[in-house]
Amino acid sequence: MSKICLSNSFPLTVQFGGGAELLFNNTKKHDVILPQKENPWTLRLLIAWLKENLLTEKPELFVQGESVRPGILVLVNDQDWELIGELDYELKENDNVLFISTLHGG
Amino acid sequence: MTEISVNDEIQQLEEEIEFLSKQLQEKKELLEAIRHNQNEEKQNEDISSAEISRYSRQIILPSLGLNGQKRLKNSSVLIVGIGGLGCPAALYLVSAGVGHIGLIDYDKVEINNLHRQVLHSENDIGLLKTNSASAKLKRLNKNVKMTNHKCQLTSDNSISIVSQYDIILDATDNVATRYLLNDTCVFVKKPLVSGSALQMEGQLTIYNHLSSPCYRCLYPHPPPPNTVNNCSSSGVLGPVCGVIGVLQALEAIKLILNLEETLSGRMLLFDGYDTTFRCIKLRKKKLDCDICGINPKIKHLMDYEQFCGSSANDKNTYISLIDKTERITVNDLYKIRLTLEPHILIDVRSNSEYNMCHLPNSLNIHVNSLEKDINCINKKIEDLKQNSDDPKIIFICRRGNDSQLAVKLLKTKLNTQNIIDVEGGLHAWSIKIDNNFPLY
Repeated sequence: MSKICLSNSFPLTVQFGGGAELLFNNTKKHDVILPQKENPWTLRLLIAWLKENLLTEKPELFVQGESVRPGILVLVNDQDWELIGELDYELKENDNVLFISTLHGG
Repeated sequence: MTEISVNDEIQQLEEEIEFLSKQLQEKKELLEAIRHNQNEEKQNEDISSAEISRYSRQIILPSLGLNGQKRLKNSSVLIVGIGGLGCPAALYLVSAGVGHIGLIDYDKVEINNLHRQVLHSENDIGLLKTNSASAKLKRLNKNVKMTNHKCQLTSDNSISIVSQYDIILDATDNVATRYLLNDTCVFVKKPLVSGSALQMEGQLTIYNHLSSPCYRCLYPHPPPPNTVNNCSSSGVLGPVCGVIGVLQALEAIKLILNLEETLSGRMLLFDGYDTTFRCIKLRKKKLDCDICGINPKIKHLMDYEQFCGSSANDKNTYISLIDKTERITVNDLYKIRLTLEPHILIDVRSNSEYNMCHLPNSLNIHVNSLEKDINCINKKIEDLKQNSDDPKIIFICRRGNDSQLAVKLLKTKLNTQNIIDVEGGLHAWSIKIDNNFPLY
């Protein structure tokens, strides 16, 4: 049975850690509602959307081209995005997307 | 007594203590070497009755057993960086009876290390971290062979040092050394238990083991230098380092015992704010990885400071962004404040640093907020202009780097030409003007 989506919104949890939260109003967890659209939401589109709508610091601290800058890991439902198609991954409703900045201290 | 003769006496005593400490250390090492040779003849690979008693509480564990204890005894672990992560990791590896522990660090113990680097104590300040740590560890377990590498890990020495050990712990504090250590471990085929901690968070994984990725599989390109924070500038809580360092020891022990469920292929994220652990699944080794892939581009170690664009330590460097005429010394600042010359002193450090210590009658605006607060600064300038034609705006920070950035940012945007910063910042103020101002 195919799932029919009646709502016109696309809920998602976006989390930041390792210092990446400092770029997003110092908030680690955001319950985000993306506008519903015909083409699927991909991680590529999400990154662009976050840059326009949620980022509170300079863009170069988060993005490089259409991807994230080196040193940030992207996880969807606790899986490295490299395992699921990186930028082309098609988001599902209620996915948990985590952006982790790598720590180097000790 | 005059101040000069007291200073002379202090210096003389410090020199004598240093000389005697060195002698003491040499004698201790000599004694240790003689004892070690004496014992070595008696020892063999088997576990003695005394050792069974000592390690009984872990030998009883089904996953360890007598064979496991033998494995530990015949294993060697290199700990790179004897700081917030390396200290707790070393404690548990030595306690567990790992046969040979190598410690590598070039640095000396400082007072600001003690809140997290739990092997060092107050009377170790100024000693090499390797000496301070191995003295404690030998007291804890004399059966463990300790090797001190009193140097910085570099492209020239890393292969020869790392290849002497079975398992490597990355407990370093900077990006350049992390890439160097990764590449070395790929070349000499050693698993790398990599831990890191900053502020309230920690990360832990095992690189270059079975099908797990290497550091470069995960991070093919180094982060832009301006996005990298270190413990010295951002802070770190001691127990957070402790959690990650102790878990590094656990993973090393599991690797020695050949247990299957290690963090290989997974990364543990620890958040001390809400005390949560999260385990994420990592990619496999990348076939196109520059160093561990099928056609590796990197065949030799490189210049890692150049590759990363940052130095291989977490020490602060002094940069030069503005002209000398736009800078004053702390002595100048002292005079300006003493003579009540009209000025506004703006401290551009973070709010938490400002609350920790600041000069009286200074205004705190973080360097990143300056542009937002231009109107507020200009209003204050207008107020001052009632008494003076050209009031000074003086920026100050911890060491005189961000204050230069502030001058550069606001040079053309304020209603005065007289915009300067303080060379050396509060660090220099503490050394040259007021010894009671905290040095941090």
